[in-house]
Amino acid sequence: MRGGPDITRAAHGRKLPEPARLQTAPARDYVGGVDATLSRSPQPVRNLHRFANPGRFLRISGRLLPPLAVAAAILTAAGFAWGLFFAPADWQQGDSVRIMYVHVPAAWLASSGYVALAVCSVLSLVWRHPLADLAAVEIGPVGAGFAALCLATGSLWGKPTWGAWWVWDARLTSMLVLFFLYLGHVALVRAFDDPQRGYRAGAILALVGVVDLPIIKFSVDWWNTLHQPSTITLTGAPSMYVGMLWPLLICALGFTLGFAAIVTARLRAAVMERRIRALLMARARESG
Amino acid sequence: MTRKKRRLIILLASGVCLGSAAALTLSAFNDSIVFFVAPSDVGTKAPAPGRTFRLGGLVEAGSVERTRLGGKPGARFRVTDGGAAVPVEYVGILPDLFREGQGVVALGTLRADGVFMAAEVLAKHDETYMPKEVADALKKSGHWNPDQGPPPPAATWNTLTAPKNGG
Repeated sequence: MRGGPDITRAAHGRKLPEPARLQTAPARDYVGGVDATLSRSPQPVRNLHRFANPGRFLRISGRLLPPLAVAAAILTAAGFAWGLFFAPADWQQGDSVRIMYVHVPAAWLASSGYVALAVCSVLSLVWRHPLADLAAVEIGPVGAGFAALCLATGSLWGKPTWGAWWVWDARLTSMLVLFFLYLGHVALVRAFDDPQRGYRAGAILALVGVVDLPIIKFSVDWWNTLHQPSTITLTGAPSMYVGMLWPLLICALGFTLGFAAIVTARLRAAVMERRIRALLMARARESG
Repeated sequence: MTRKKRRLIILLASGVCLGSAAALTLSAFNDSIVFFVAPSDVGTKAPAPGRTFRLGGLVEAGSVERTRLGGKPGARFRVTDGGAAVPVEYVGILPDLFREGQGVVALGTLRADGVFMAAEVLAKHDETYMPKEVADALKKSGHWNPDQGPPPPAATWNTLTAPKNGG
């Protein structure tokens, strides 16, 4: 991790045009660097950097991934079976209420996946955390998939319930914007020849998009929408029959673990891919 | 100040600026982000006659009259929000969930005589999910008449029925 900031610092110093600043800037930065790493290093930052070690990440995640994937598969299967076959139908919506067991967890995961993307972006922009760069790249497509699933299942539910596949109300529109934010991030981080610039641009886009999250969450309370307000709230009793609520929560837990498992597997692949590329480069340099 | 700290401060400052910009924009567009206009707002704000807008509220109990309008199947009903009610005429097939006491959103224009001519009627589902047995039990015990509006608070029925069915 020490290598990252040093390189940027050197590049920064070289770019400064005036000779006077050229002399003072490196000295000041050197003091700053000593400050950050030795004398005033706060404990949380040092702990954070423990996880920046890709070798450690591969070791820990290799042990964690199989149980995570198995638990996700079991919980999702159990939740689906309960929700689709055993939970009661709604008195008004009939069996189309069962779409909820996919739609609601997908919506929750699309939003919380974006929170994870934003956290990675902060780690990447502020602390230049190399693993966070890779994690952001790998979260993007998975989150986009969950957002697409949410939009598609919502549309399938909207037709029989509302009488329309799609309406431009605040909830649906802000969710569509989240989907496009994911797609934009996926495209942007891969759009540069220098991956570092892609990570930087993607992180900024992801953080700007955070504005959309409270809009999604509170759209149904701030404005009137066709989409119904939240059924499950922190303050009141859920206005959903418990026999429907349990399978929904199990599906949501299964989806959460599934999201984590997919991202972990992708991140492992990305770290290993980077290692292989580094090895090949080193070998090419030796032979050439 | 270290570089990390400076970057963090720049990030937080940009976040505050962006957040307030978004909040100001949204509050400026507040009136156009709403999906529908409530009947009591139709009375006070009165959108220009002939302008298309969405009217939303509950179908008033006892107001639905299924009839033929201009030779086609249609319906007359009143949409209320408790404060005011607007008569609606609609030619076409109503959604399955349409009933008295149900939330609906109608797209159309207000005629000079105050009747809302709907071109499209959507049913609005509320945030309540209950099986048929619970709905029937609530109706039978007199706790809820679906024609009159949304069901009672979840705390009054969701805990009562839970232990019986083993949750």
